[in-house]
Amino acid sequence: MKVLLNGQESELGCDETLLDLLAQLGVTPERRGCAVAVDGEVVPRAQWGSFALPEHARVEVLTAMQGG
Amino acid sequence: MTDTVGARTPSAGAQLAANGARLPAQGAEPAAPDPLRIAGRELRSRLVMGTGGFASLQLLAEAVTAAGSDLATVALRRIDPRAQGSLIDVLDAAGVQLLPNTAGCHTARDAVITARLCREAFDTEWVKLEVIGDEHTLLPDAPELLRAAEQLVDEGFVVLPYTTDDPVLARRLADVGCAAVMPLGSPIGSGMGIRNPYNIALLREAVDVPVVLDAGIGTASDAALAMELGCDAVMVASAIARAQDPVAMAAAMRAAVQAGRLARSAGRIPRRSYATASTPDEGLAEFT
Repeated sequence: MKVLLNGQESELGCDETLLDLLAQLGVTPERRGCAVAVDGEVVPRAQWGSFALPEHARVEVLTAMQGG
Repeated sequence: MTDTVGARTPSAGAQLAANGARLPAQGAEPAAPDPLRIAGRELRSRLVMGTGGFASLQLLAEAVTAAGSDLATVALRRIDPRAQGSLIDVLDAAGVQLLPNTAGCHTARDAVITARLCREAFDTEWVKLEVIGDEHTLLPDAPELLRAAEQLVDEGFVVLPYTTDDPVLARRLADVGCAAVMPLGSPIGSGMGIRNPYNIALLREAVDVPVVLDAGIGTASDAALAMELGCDAVMVASAIARAQDPVAMAAAMRAAVQAGRLARSAGRIPRRSYATASTPDEGLAEFT
């Protein structure tokens, strides 16, 4: 299954979850200051392990950055 | 510009003076006699720190400490697995509350989604709402801003919108439930100071919520002017981060905000076109 992870095409096994995808970026639910949106909707961290990613999902993984 | 004296009592002014007298102290403010209240929370410092543009997290940490701020902005961007250090840890160690922003958003929809993500990431309802309408000036898009503000207030956010210096728009933002308004003095990062002090003074009179002068501050006197005009706080980012000595400028901004606040409460003299002698003529010697 193909998804768009922070603008980059990424391949995902059919039994892999959002949690597995995030692990590619070193993001775990324990990590502070991170948030994930799939197709413009927030996915709370409690749901990362169970969230079913649709084909071609746009996954945005965001974190704190310096900015005014 | 108004010359009216604030409703502050002499004792409160004396407390402010005492606070100002401890200016050289670094770190947290002393027990604040004059806290800034936003959405039921008391903030000791009236200087809000923008975190963008610092060359390193170490420099940012030193500047936040010198500024004495207890509220600092953060942005939300795509994660870079190679990035070193944690901005959140640095700001936590400095003891500041996070004020996430929606910088870079151009529509109400994007700003609302970004605010929701900020709430998830930073575990705070507070958001500095930015909806930009023009790439060159980075001026706010008023209709989109108002739409986003209304939506976010409905969703329980504490909304602090970055807005133009238009008193009518500020009132509309306050009317939909924004916790404060953040008018610009001049475009973001321009360092041009407060281009229209009359509008800022009018805006201050137009709303009952706190006014935090945002954007355009170039140097300490701009921050003092904002406070003298009646603003409740000042936010500074570029003027500190891009100063030749950011830590020294942070300390200067801190002193300026306190001085401006104190001057506002002290009540300035009216402006006159002609001189008014400060030394009496009575008893003047005659030599011829």
